[in-house]
Amino acid sequence: MIAYLLAGTWFGIVLTKAEIISWYRIQEMFRFQSLHMYLIIGSAVVVAAVALRLVRRYAPTALSGERIEVPSKSWGRGVRYPVGGVLFGAGWALTGACPGPLYALVGSGVTVVLVVIFAALLGTWSYGHLRPRLPH
Amino acid sequence: MLELLRQPWPWWVAGPAIGLTVPFLLVVGNRMLGISGTLRAACAAVAPGRAEYFRFDWRRAGAWNLVFALGVGLGGFIAVAFLGGGEATISAATQADLAALGLGPAQGLVPSELFSWASLITVPGFVALVLGGFLVGFGASYAGGCTSGHAIMGLADFQLPSLVAVIGFFVGGLAVTWFVLPLLLGGPA
Repeated sequence: MIAYLLAGTWFGIVLTKAEIISWYRIQEMFRFQSLHMYLIIGSAVVVAAVALRLVRRYAPTALSGERIEVPSKSWGRGVRYPVGGVLFGAGWALTGACPGPLYALVGSGVTVVLVVIFAALLGTWSYGHLRPRLPH
Repeated sequence: MLELLRQPWPWWVAGPAIGLTVPFLLVVGNRMLGISGTLRAACAAVAPGRAEYFRFDWRRAGAWNLVFALGVGLGGFIAVAFLGGGEATISAATQADLAALGLGPAQGLVPSELFSWASLITVPGFVALVLGGFLVGFGASYAGGCTSGHAIMGLADFQLPSLVAVIGFFVGGLAVTWFVLPLLLGGPA
């Protein structure tokens, strides 16, 4: 568990120092007025993709002893990804933060973000209860 | 060294640093990078109700994620308290656009017009923070992941559903940025 705490701390420091938790940076991204966010996400994906290949090839077993497996996401009827994605994107632009930055923002001292997290929990809770009736 | 850390980190440091979280979590415990799972785990732990979605062993499947999120909060604190984080210098074009929307000069990480306890009782503040937060939670759960799970982890693993989800993120984000925010901020506060 200490390893996860440290990994999270590292992640939070990077998110903050890279200004990804900034509402302004998200606005800048959605207005196509800077490459900052695109370069960060793009380079993160490239590095993660290469690392993923290397891990699968050279270290197929995790330190916990489990075999490393990344399950494929099931497509289903193909509704949840575009629809859920659009709803999430709308929330992303409104709050200027995705879930990771929400936690980092609270740590950085913007306490009103606790309300955003509570609202996100409410959204998740609502989804959990509506789930049987929603197309996936 | 500390002086170097206190400078803003360029994308070619931050991006790869984020990318390396993926193999780290896999090698430590076969965990896939993702943050929105914390919301599901927290609901399961606190108020699962009758929803089947929250009937899972959150201690086994989600506790690591909650610890990770705690770390993210701690990281935000460390970065701002000791490493000179907490500012963002955005492009002049964005500053001009936001000024046209009535937001003061960019200071800190968030506009105080929206992100303050007092703003919660204004229409724009309530919509941005409460409705926005609701959509973040609802949408991330519906889509099965957020920026970290789909845009980083999913794309790195070449998963088509993640690509569709990320395109959705941008469709929703662009619609709000270009059509909803002007209405929201231009309307009666």
